[in-house]
Amino acid sequence: MTRRYVLGRLVQVVPTVAGILVIGFLLIHLAPGDPVLALAGENGDAAYYSFVRAKFGLDEPLANQLLTYCANVLGGDLGTSYTQGRPVLDIVVERLGATLLLTGTALVVSTAGGLALGLLAASRPRGGRDIAVTTMSLGLYAAPVFWVGQVSILVLALGTGWFPVSGMTTAGSDASGLAHAADVAHHLVLPVLVLAAQEIAAVARLTRAGLIDELGQDHIRTAWAKGAPPRIVLMKHALRRALLPVVTVIGGRVGHLVAGTVVVEAVFAWPGIGRLLVTALQARDTPIVLGVFFVVAFSVVLANLVTDLVYTRLDPRIRYR
Amino acid sequence: MSTRDSIPASATAELAPARVGPVHDDGRRRVLARLVRTPLGAASVALTTVLCLVGLLAPALAPHDPFAIVGPSLDPPSLDHPMGTDGLGRDLFSGVVLGTRTSLTVAGGVGMLVLAIGGAVGLLAGYRGGWTDHVLMRLAELLQVLPRFFLAIVVIALFGPGLDRLVLVLGLTSWPILARVVRSEVLSLKEREFVDAARAGGAGPARIVMREILPNALPTAVVYVGLLLAQVLLVEASLGFLGLGDPNVASWGYLAGQAQRFLRVAWWLSVFPGLAIATAVVALNLLGDALTDALGRPGGGGGRGR
Repeated sequence: MTRRYVLGRLVQVVPTVAGILVIGFLLIHLAPGDPVLALAGENGDAAYYSFVRAKFGLDEPLANQLLTYCANVLGGDLGTSYTQGRPVLDIVVERLGATLLLTGTALVVSTAGGLALGLLAASRPRGGRDIAVTTMSLGLYAAPVFWVGQVSILVLALGTGWFPVSGMTTAGSDASGLAHAADVAHHLVLPVLVLAAQEIAAVARLTRAGLIDELGQDHIRTAWAKGAPPRIVLMKHALRRALLPVVTVIGGRVGHLVAGTVVVEAVFAWPGIGRLLVTALQARDTPIVLGVFFVVAFSVVLANLVTDLVYTRLDPRIRYR
Repeated sequence: MSTRDSIPASATAELAPARVGPVHDDGRRRVLARLVRTPLGAASVALTTVLCLVGLLAPALAPHDPFAIVGPSLDPPSLDHPMGTDGLGRDLFSGVVLGTRTSLTVAGGVGMLVLAIGGAVGLLAGYRGGWTDHVLMRLAELLQVLPRFFLAIVVIALFGPGLDRLVLVLGLTSWPILARVVRSEVLSLKEREFVDAARAGGAGPARIVMREILPNALPTAVVYVGLLLAQVLLVEASLGFLGLGDPNVASWGYLAGQAQRFLRVAWWLSVFPGLAIATAVVALNLLGDALTDALGRPGGGGGRGR
């Protein structure tokens, strides 16, 4: 039965991916001007434009064009950046590492931090710590990412000098091995905290609500009645079930984090796909913009798929479909 | 007006079906009263009202043209320039005041689109069910997975910057959550007795949906729109920060983006626009919470439940 669910969930990916491709295609054709400008960027020459025109079959009927376009994108051909003269996929993959390091770390940090804060708040609802955590998460949830970034630079980088202001490595440093890793880690701290801030707040709210809900249930009352110590009741009996909603939203949080990374990379000059995207926008290099969009969209679909599959393993109650 | 007798104006008004005419207004007034009874609820209503007023009266409130050079460059906050001046000597306070209008325009436009599309889709999917429901909900799922922020960037890259397309792309991609909420409301409402009564009275589907179901599903929908608009404000600000907003109007995000170059020397350029955004988002979130409590807890009123 679980196998059927997994299979069904995998099949669901097909219309989603198709939808993303169609939206990209439609936007290119709805945009003012010749679609070749969107597909090749605005700085090409006539010969290159006619090459792109032939490659995407721009003189053929729209349906054929759509198929050609989908085949190209799914085959990993995201076009060529005219400003860099290289395939878009290569450029994006090159920058992906830095972004994955940033978002991956932020995902881990926000999950752990949010769970910890949620536990802290739920351990005594309406107590001082609860109010502190709730207020803080409301604030973090409302503050725009770039502002948290700027304020943290003002206070923690410029003010105290504890952390570097920007970049991924110290300029001019040729350290390697452990020294290099330590340097990157030092540069990573602020961007990760800033990127994770909003998600920490979201996870803390979710954990707190789940825990408080769970603490009112019968099996918890039984645990109390047995004389189990509070920490065991909270950590063992309640947390296990309160974790489920936290897992469910991981897929969606990946989407938020990747969107946040564009802003964080701009604030901290972090050399990932976010900065690539902003630079490409300024240079009107649309193939890169579209390429980043597809890579991000497909990654989010993948993250949602993985989350759902992990979730089925965690929660035995889901066996339908 | 015989069908009116069976229309509860809200969840709480249903408890007193005997009072016919004034039930509608009374229910609404009670929600408002309950909304301002808690300190947080009152604060959220006050903040939202102030923001709307500032947005409406912005040109009158702003002392200067936000794009005009009116003082020394990078002047710290003073009586002349309460929030200081930027690198070119433009008044930041005027920029923040007019930025309120920009943010509210985008949020208002997106809110209306979302209410219209999400409401229509939710009503249709919930009331018709079956095949219609299936197709519409699949579409909603697709749009929910779509990275909205990146889509907005693609649209701006292809169509050029502008508030109109920003509202369109955010509105056209943000409705799914509202459609889901309205749909589930409709699913439970259409089984209720007053709907049966209307049907027995000879009302057609259009009349049942518009007169019986819609008014009852609306309060919940409004709460979700409020929470959604808080997110929209943040997305709009982030795009403005990256320099992708409309270059011809002042916006909070754009102002904060300009501050980036001057972080070392002019803290005020970053602090005030960010504070404005955070305040607006907090206000909308608190309003959403307070409305949920006011609508969903008949008789309770006090405190925020759990």
